[in-house]
Amino acid sequence: MSDEKTMVEGFEAPISLHYTFAAGHAISKFLRSMKEGKIVGQRSPATGKVIVPPRGSCPESGKPTTEEVELGDTGTVITFTVVHIPIPNNPVKPPFIVANICLDGADQTFIHLVSDCNNDDVKIGTRVKAVWKDKAEWDYSMDNIKYFKPLDEAPVDIEKLKASRLKEVGKYRHA
Amino acid sequence: MANACAVVGVGQSARYRSKIKMSIAGLVREAAQEALKDAGCTWNDIDAVIIGKAPDFFEGVVMPEIYLAEALGCVGKPMLRVHTAGSVGGSTAIVAASYVQSGQFNRVLTVAYEKQSESNAMWALSSKQPFSPHLNAGAGGFFAPIIREYMRRSGAPADTGCKVALKDRKHALRNPRAHMHEKPEDLDLEKYVNSFMLWEPLRFSEVCPSSDGACAMVLASEDLAKKSPNPPAWIHGAAMRSEPTMYPWREEVNPQAGIDCAKDVYSQAGITNPRKEIDAAEVYVPFSWYEPMWLENLGFAEVNQGWKLTEEGATFIDGGDIPWNCSGGVLSSNPIGASGMIRFAEAALQVRGMAGEHQVDGAKTALGHAYGGGSQFFAMWIVRSTKP
Amino acid sequence: MREVAIVSYAQTPMRRDAGANNDVEMLMGTLQEALSNVGMTQKDIDFTCSGSCDYLGGAAFAFVSAVDALGAVPPIAESHVEMDAAWALYEAWLKIQCGKADTALIYGFGKSSHCALPDMLCLQLDPYAMQPLWPDSISLAALQANALLQSGKYTERDLAEVVANSRRNAKGNPKAQLKGDYTVEQLLKEPTFVSPLRKHDCCPISDGASVLIMTTREKAEKLCKRPAFITGIDHRIDAHGLGMRDLTVSTSTRIAGEKAGVHKGKVDIAELYAPFSHQELILRDALGLDPAKTKINPSGGALAGHVFMACGLDRIGAVATSIMNGEASRGVAHATSGPCLQQNLVAVLEG
Repeated sequence: MSDEKTMVEGFEAPISLHYTFAAGHAISKFLRSMKEGKIVGQRSPATGKVIVPPRGSCPESGKPTTEEVELGDTGTVITFTVVHIPIPNNPVKPPFIVANICLDGADQTFIHLVSDCNNDDVKIGTRVKAVWKDKAEWDYSMDNIKYFKPLDEAPVDIEKLKASRLKEVGKYRHA
Repeated sequence: MANACAVVGVGQSARYRSKIKMSIAGLVREAAQEALKDAGCTWNDIDAVIIGKAPDFFEGVVMPEIYLAEALGCVGKPMLRVHTAGSVGGSTAIVAASYVQSGQFNRVLTVAYEKQSESNAMWALSSKQPFSPHLNAGAGGFFAPIIREYMRRSGAPADTGCKVALKDRKHALRNPRAHMHEKPEDLDLEKYVNSFMLWEPLRFSEVCPSSDGACAMVLASEDLAKKSPNPPAWIHGAAMRSEPTMYPWREEVNPQAGIDCAKDVYSQAGITNPRKEIDAAEVYVPFSWYEPMWLENLGFAEVNQGWKLTEEGATFIDGGDIPWNCSGGVLSSNPIGASGMIRFAEAALQVRGMAGEHQVDGAKTALGHAYGGGSQFFAMWIVRSTKP
Repeated sequence: MREVAIVSYAQTPMRRDAGANNDVEMLMGTLQEALSNVGMTQKDIDFTCSGSCDYLGGAAFAFVSAVDALGAVPPIAESHVEMDAAWALYEAWLKIQCGKADTALIYGFGKSSHCALPDMLCLQLDPYAMQPLWPDSISLAALQANALLQSGKYTERDLAEVVANSRRNAKGNPKAQLKGDYTVEQLLKEPTFVSPLRKHDCCPISDGASVLIMTTREKAEKLCKRPAFITGIDHRIDAHGLGMRDLTVSTSTRIAGEKAGVHKGKVDIAELYAPFSHQELILRDALGLDPAKTKINPSGGALAGHVFMACGLDRIGAVATSIMNGEASRGVAHATSGPCLQQNLVAVLEG
């Protein structure tokens, strides 16, 4: 009956589940601003640091964040990778740069593409600016920013950047 | 206050592979039965079963312990399922130890597994959510930028990572269970540094494989451990630490949670100089550069100096003073949910003198280590050949 | 054995849909409430343990983002079970027994509003032989209910009485989702949903989060006038194959109840995690509880609100709250997991 030749080694059992997501209050608010072309972070009442995109909480203290801080669209590459393999279902073709970017005035990085440059010229500390899609295409999405493009500025020492931010945020710290 | 507890049985898949032709139940049973045999006991001698694995999304089975109750001989017994991301194999062993250390149970079975062939890990980890950009190409895309920052800070030579991978794949040849058994002519630095680039600076040669596999241990109280047929590995310290994935200016290269966890486990075991006092270490290194990074995080080297130990060959079984991952490590076999437990179990095998071809001569003290999430969940234990 | 007592418990209201709140937003306030109840901060907690399910949110690592609510900088000793948070409490209880912690914080959370829970729960079943048939959790419970009715032990009227009691008791529970006065006759007039179950025989689907704090006797007595001591706790599992067990009884609950010492004293109240009305009857029998002597589900139980992954912890929290308030001296709390009451935990709490 069940000799090796007739052993079932596998079969397809597709799973389909339908989900409706709730982004959360803070992220919803952030995405509504993105639709208007504005990047709005939140400041932690406990640490004074600015988190973008905000998630409604200060992960360091577990306290809710409510104070909004509108940010510009320039920032610094804190670190990055050059991806040489395709991302499933993503039209971006390799090799491309995915960077951890810290916007000016913010204290936490997010990941986004860095493009329209020679990949070899991008370094830790490279200054970048957002390149937006046409206004007509803006949606409730981080993808309204097509990618970040290097600025013609000297790279930043990220350790000095961190030190100056930590000094700066001290004055915003509440009890 | 904690009662003594020892590893008295270890079992693993006969060979970690990209596809093991068994059901999930068969996979966990194979490892569990070997552990029972090593411990000289039967299913009836087990008081409780503690099981761990990485996200349920990997196999598409929700809370699979429910379905594994019969396969693991649990009917009528306590069964608990741990999930702490990549560190889960280690955390599961620690939770299992607490069943015995609490004095509530005398002998428990702990099992961890992953069957990556039954699903798609890349999909499971990167399911698209409508409100975040979909750029994170799996775990490598997350860790490569952190590695780049380590290289910048430390000024390590660009090929240190390849040397780590080469060393672990050489170790793997001494471990018949390892997934990756490369041909001797392919174990060549030149080939490693020229292998296909995935996530710069990480090359294909520096990344763990995707494996099926299971690992199991029998843990016992002092009385039972003393009667066990093979030498026990006594637990001298066990610790876990967690921190958030992202927070402003988080130190990602040398995470505080890892530093704190190591400090805790060393203090429990009375270790002040890990490089000198630990004879063998099984450390979770899924991407080559995590060896030098964890050498520093775990206090084996000064900050930014870890790569020098790798370069000197200090972590190689032949001639190294602190052999790391003599089993071949995660770089040679990676059934994700089990990988942490394999580290803990291999540390136990070393101090039991049962590691076979990859035995470190006379190992008396060993470290088992696992980490997970965005380098934010840590689990570690110290085992010794002598009772605490 | 170290004496461990519950000193604080906080719960969000149970709602069909918690709306735009994400898991972290849902958790933060409840965590702060549980801590401030006893004048604590995260720094007073030695060990944190939680229970949650990735498949509720449709993405891996639900528990990872929840760490954002904890204030885990500097890092904390923390663990997670992919089980109801009642088992997270068990893990934490062991940690205290080992002497590795004195004070533990346990939390559970779930937003079932994101998905079709009865379908999602199909994925709990044997992935080769059962799951591909997609038997949903309500249908499996209906099989069990039918077996119970056919056995002659109970009637449809008994099921309706369980529901009427739950709805009536829930009137006193501000967090409950379903409550009110219903007669057995009214309930029996409702059409069947998945025969023999009527809609009201099935628990609602709820969003919510719960947090509980427990500590050693010495510390508990300083924090709380009447701490709820855990005098016994045990958990057991039955066979998965529904054909392998008598569905009209719960053997694992019986064993866990015996090990936890349910019978060692008078039981004032019992909170039983019965997602379906007939299961309350099976559990009552398994634990040997007499409804004439023991008030069953004074909070309304799972039929009044069912936060998947927290509902078991909520049963423990509800008994603890009654003891801390002085409404009960000794109570039994129960948690379940898996199809048709496969896995069960029983705790005995005393003032």
